[in-house]
Amino acid sequence: MHKVDLKKYLVAFIITGAIFTTAILLSNYFNNKRVADIRSIQDKISIDILSSETQFDLLKEIPCTNLDNSILSQELNSLAEKLTYMEKERPQNDSELLFLKRYYSLLEIKDYLLTKKISEQCGLKPVVIFYFYSNSGDCPLCEKEGYVLTYLRAEYPQLRIYSFDSQIDLSAVKTLASIYSLKSDLPALIIGGKATYGFKSIEDMEKLIPEIAKFKKEKALLESATSTKSTTTKKNVN
Amino acid sequence: MFPIMLEVLQTLPGLLMYGMIFLSLFFQVFLLITFLENKDKINKETSEEATSFPRVSITVPCYNEERSVVKTVNSLLALDYPKNKLKVIVVDDGSTDATWEVVQRFKDHPQVDIYHKENGGKHTAVNYGLERTDATFVGCLDADSFVAKDALKSIMKYFRDPEVMAVTPAIKIYNPKSIISKIQNVEYILSIFIRKMLGMMDAIQVTPGPFSIFRKKVFDTLGPYKQAYNTEDMEIAMRMHKHHMKIVNSHTASVYTLGPKTLRNLLKQRVRWIYGFLKNASDYREIFFRRKYGNLGLFTFPAAVISIFTGIYFLCYTIYSLIHLLLKKIVVIQTVGFNFTFNGFSVNWFFLDTQTTVFLVIVLFFVTLTFILLGSYITDQKARFPRGMLYYLPLYGFIAPIWLAKAVYNVALSRKAKWEKVN
Repeated sequence: MHKVDLKKYLVAFIITGAIFTTAILLSNYFNNKRVADIRSIQDKISIDILSSETQFDLLKEIPCTNLDNSILSQELNSLAEKLTYMEKERPQNDSELLFLKRYYSLLEIKDYLLTKKISEQCGLKPVVIFYFYSNSGDCPLCEKEGYVLTYLRAEYPQLRIYSFDSQIDLSAVKTLASIYSLKSDLPALIIGGKATYGFKSIEDMEKLIPEIAKFKKEKALLESATSTKSTTTKKNVN
Repeated sequence: MFPIMLEVLQTLPGLLMYGMIFLSLFFQVFLLITFLENKDKINKETSEEATSFPRVSITVPCYNEERSVVKTVNSLLALDYPKNKLKVIVVDDGSTDATWEVVQRFKDHPQVDIYHKENGGKHTAVNYGLERTDATFVGCLDADSFVAKDALKSIMKYFRDPEVMAVTPAIKIYNPKSIISKIQNVEYILSIFIRKMLGMMDAIQVTPGPFSIFRKKVFDTLGPYKQAYNTEDMEIAMRMHKHHMKIVNSHTASVYTLGPKTLRNLLKQRVRWIYGFLKNASDYREIFFRRKYGNLGLFTFPAAVISIFTGIYFLCYTIYSLIHLLLKKIVVIQTVGFNFTFNGFSVNWFFLDTQTTVFLVIVLFFVTLTFILLGSYITDQKARFPRGMLYYLPLYGFIAPIWLAKAVYNVALSRKAKWEKVN
């Protein structure tokens, strides 16, 4: 006669449940760690900006030589990359993510203001790009535009690209949009103070920003210099 | 609320995925518990010796098996068992090749009877053999399989328990050389473990054609084999369960089977198996979830049906995800060309996938590896990975759903499965 041990089914069910819970907790732990990681970068940027502002106020006229980009925070690009990843992984309305994005938007504006101040002081002409996008499905071309900007950011770190989720509930961002009387067409780019709408490819961007050609030359020069250097070193070794 | 929960609730496919992973994990945990409960008993069984040697007759049904039948019969004659207690009945089921000529060499052998009949299908050939014996124990050995010397003794010791009505062996792939054979080699070792566990809980759903041994009483009481969608070995096991007859497994009785050598024939064989299982299980559907049929109704049947659909779903999900990923990559390439900024192999943990499903799939994977090791351990007393792991791991998950889907499709359209050629 067939026998059944129902207790065994219960034990198996409990163990399975325990494994499931562990997996959920583990996943949650990593998600929290990501948030913590982003927070610490944001805090670092915040301190960087504050420190630069203070330095600027203290000296009023800091010597513009040796200044260049080093006074501006270098972490914004890596923060942008990480936030983009989280935007894809997490649901749109995740409160944690929205908070991080608002903080990020504020830091971007602060960074922009500082950039402006320093460049006025020192006669630098940084290339500033504002990018307005949306992830809520009403901007099919935003994904592609995002790839273009990610590429430009990595290729030419001299570009100061600030991206804003147009849906974000932050008055500073709204003010920024109103300064350039931005329409609701997305994706929208503000390059050198002028607003343009629709998808812009890498080639389009190169046309819109003549400085890119200069950056390209500089980069090529730098690369050939390093490669010559390495060959010379090799020769020396031999 | 955990963001992960939101994620799940947002999509039905995601929810279905979690449900299927939960059930798969449940089945694995259940089998592991069964192993832990019975491991001493299994070890004891391994070292036990047969003490009595009753009369056994083995039918070898053959249809166009000229290449392997002699080897099959010779392996039976070489069995370590008293010669006067073992009879081999070769039934040529109307072969159109030289099978009948080839088996003539056994016509004067005192242990072998040879018969020729008109072709009628495997079940008719086995029944033909059953009608021509009065041995207390009967069995069948497909003409594409060979037995190890000690296989019969390893099986007969289980019949000391008067409740045991049938014993199934540990089936292995004979000399796995091709990729397809190697994949099956691993799969069979895994099956050895699973079948043993099912045996420990009286829930074996098939008494395989290669060398399952029955008390003759089973057929005297229940009647002969039926056609049963060309899976007569599943039908008889289900019929036995319906009459509360006990089937156990001998994990040390090694039987080697050739196994299909081409993907095409493997697919045909598996479509026949899965189709046969679904059709037979549907004929015996009263067994499902009925406590009086024990773990067969509560575990084996539901687990088998669910794993068929899980296999199909997992593959669809994987293909869907891969296509999705590919389309994304295409958009990236269209937009920025091949100008990827290559940042070496420095993987930042931040960008690793740490979704709940990833952890669960890792658990499922490692439990499966454990089962394979345990299968190897119980049958060979050595826990080692069998040959073919490198092919099995990446390929099986993609190949198996093809026959699962085809079989389900055939069941839906009531298309009949055909026998395949092994050689």
